[in-house]
Amino acid sequence: MNFDLILGILQIVLIATTPLVFAGIGELVTEKSGVLNLGVEGMMLVGAVSAFIILVITGSYFLAFFVSIISGIIMSGLFAFLVLFLMSNQIATGLALTIFGIGLSSMLGKQYIGTPIDGLSPWFFVIFSFLIVFLVSYFFYKTKAGLILRAVGESHNSAHALGYSVITIRFLSILFGGSMCALAGSYISICYAPMWQEGMTAGRGWIALALVVFATWKPERVLIGAYIFGGVTILQMNLQALGLRFPGQFFSMAPYVATIIVLVLISSNKLRIKLSAPASLTLPFYKGR
Amino acid sequence: MNSLFPSIVSRSQSSGLMNFFVPIISIVLTLITGSIIFVLLGFDPVYALYTFFISPISSTYGISELFVKATPLALIAIGLSYCFKNNIYNIGAEGQLTMGAIFGGGIGILFHDTNAFWLLPLMIFGGAIGGALWGLIPAILKTKFNTNEILTSLMLVYVALYILDYLVVGPWKDPFGYSFPKSRPFSESGRMPLLFDGLRVHFGLIITLFLIFVSWFIFSKTIFGFQLKVSGYSPKAARYAGFNQTTLVFFAFAICGAFAGIAGLAEVSGPIGLLYRDISPNYGFTAIIVAFLGRLHPIGIIFASLVIALTYLGAEDAQLFLQIPSAVGFIFQGLVLFYLLGAELLINYKLTYKKLL
Repeated sequence: MNFDLILGILQIVLIATTPLVFAGIGELVTEKSGVLNLGVEGMMLVGAVSAFIILVITGSYFLAFFVSIISGIIMSGLFAFLVLFLMSNQIATGLALTIFGIGLSSMLGKQYIGTPIDGLSPWFFVIFSFLIVFLVSYFFYKTKAGLILRAVGESHNSAHALGYSVITIRFLSILFGGSMCALAGSYISICYAPMWQEGMTAGRGWIALALVVFATWKPERVLIGAYIFGGVTILQMNLQALGLRFPGQFFSMAPYVATIIVLVLISSNKLRIKLSAPASLTLPFYKGR
Repeated sequence: MNSLFPSIVSRSQSSGLMNFFVPIISIVLTLITGSIIFVLLGFDPVYALYTFFISPISSTYGISELFVKATPLALIAIGLSYCFKNNIYNIGAEGQLTMGAIFGGGIGILFHDTNAFWLLPLMIFGGAIGGALWGLIPAILKTKFNTNEILTSLMLVYVALYILDYLVVGPWKDPFGYSFPKSRPFSESGRMPLLFDGLRVHFGLIITLFLIFVSWFIFSKTIFGFQLKVSGYSPKAARYAGFNQTTLVFFAFAICGAFAGIAGLAEVSGPIGLLYRDISPNYGFTAIIVAFLGRLHPIGIIFASLVIALTYLGAEDAQLFLQIPSAVGFIFQGLVLFYLLGAELLINYKLTYKKLL
């Protein structure tokens, strides 16, 4: 086997998997605080389009990523306002955020489809994605703030009784999740593709949600899950390119089928899911003033 | 003296009055936000809103188109309410719709040169079976393997779309269709009869109204409907009463899948007449909004489906006459759901001003 070929494939896997790591770790932090945000796909798309537009207008990569992250904070802030202050159903609100994000991104990006840009080297972000996972892990298990965040996700009433502000902690966790999703989106439109196309995240947001379950809510395992998934995706692309006598559509559906199979394998152990999922996930917090 | 800001107090019983007003409030707020968006885009808001919401339905043809779009939305939404009432989050109706179109449409392709009265009923049956089978996959995974139905039902949407894509470029491709990725057209008796000459509104509307009536009966007059409702409100009470949750999950998914499948078949045998790649402009996802906006109530869903169908038509007109990208329709749909979910607070909580002195 050719050594260069293996190295080449490894590089492609690293580049393709990075956005999944960003979105997955962002959603993991949100869920650890007890909030399920199904708007990942929508936030990624808005992040992708806003970074792209800013890059085309200003030519500054820094501004592009900066504005993209702001867009993620605004989108997730909207979600946070609804679920935390108006106590709306988290699942439905997340879906609304995704639908809204799909519409907003296609409207904003309409005139930028096909605009050429100079892509940015992905390697800084690849390294950063590993770093952020270990930072989140350190934060959760070695710092007091991390412990408080996990406590809020497990039992918001106890955390409230101890004097911690459940709403503030959840708000910040949701915003962190939103900014990570936007970063994942801008990475796709500026480093990975690099271009803008309607719906270009192609379901990666939903796969990031599946990754959190796969990881049984443990940060390092998001990396493992993301790389298994990234590997399957790249493998199917390469097999498809080899021109096997097998319809391409069956290769293209492989990542989604693989996600279902992996979810089934992980979830079939009821006790494991029960022990690892944050106990207050999707429950609204109402102080009962 | 009262405090400046209202505080939120839990109601002992959800407010029926608010249940009725909240969807209306959210539609009004969406219209206001919509006109602000139009102003920001540099359009006269009155003219833009007129183009979006009035001009599409100011002709008989327009009203017929409104019902053409509302038919699949209402049918899928009433199916979804079997799931949502029981807190089962099936968001893969788009996949169940696609599978229904594949099964029912497959029968239509098999009998493409047959003209017989039994063809359409057989295709409808096929559509229901296809959708139900696809819906049962997440039901089995949820009940047997404890797998989250949100993610599995959504992943199955992508799988169904790829299967359809494979069929229309591969084995089911029209041999006389040059190289277009589409199937043979169905025979005349495999098409939904039109209700009026020259208009596209078709028999699928009658099927939808019938199934909505049946669902109203099931929800309000049968033990099954009662069980769905109870296990939605309080899973503990349902378990104590001895309701079998596994059976409920299976039925909810099967019924929802079957309805979505019939909706898919009605699309391909109604306005389209054959199978190709893009049979549905996201009806399966948009129906989720219709179900919530209609508050999972049959009458509510009928009205909600008309409102949301109008956003489809309006988006097309806005693109045509104002050069606003048609994606603005999704923005309206997202907004109406945001406002609805936010305003739901008024149903279960009330705002009161505390006395300070």
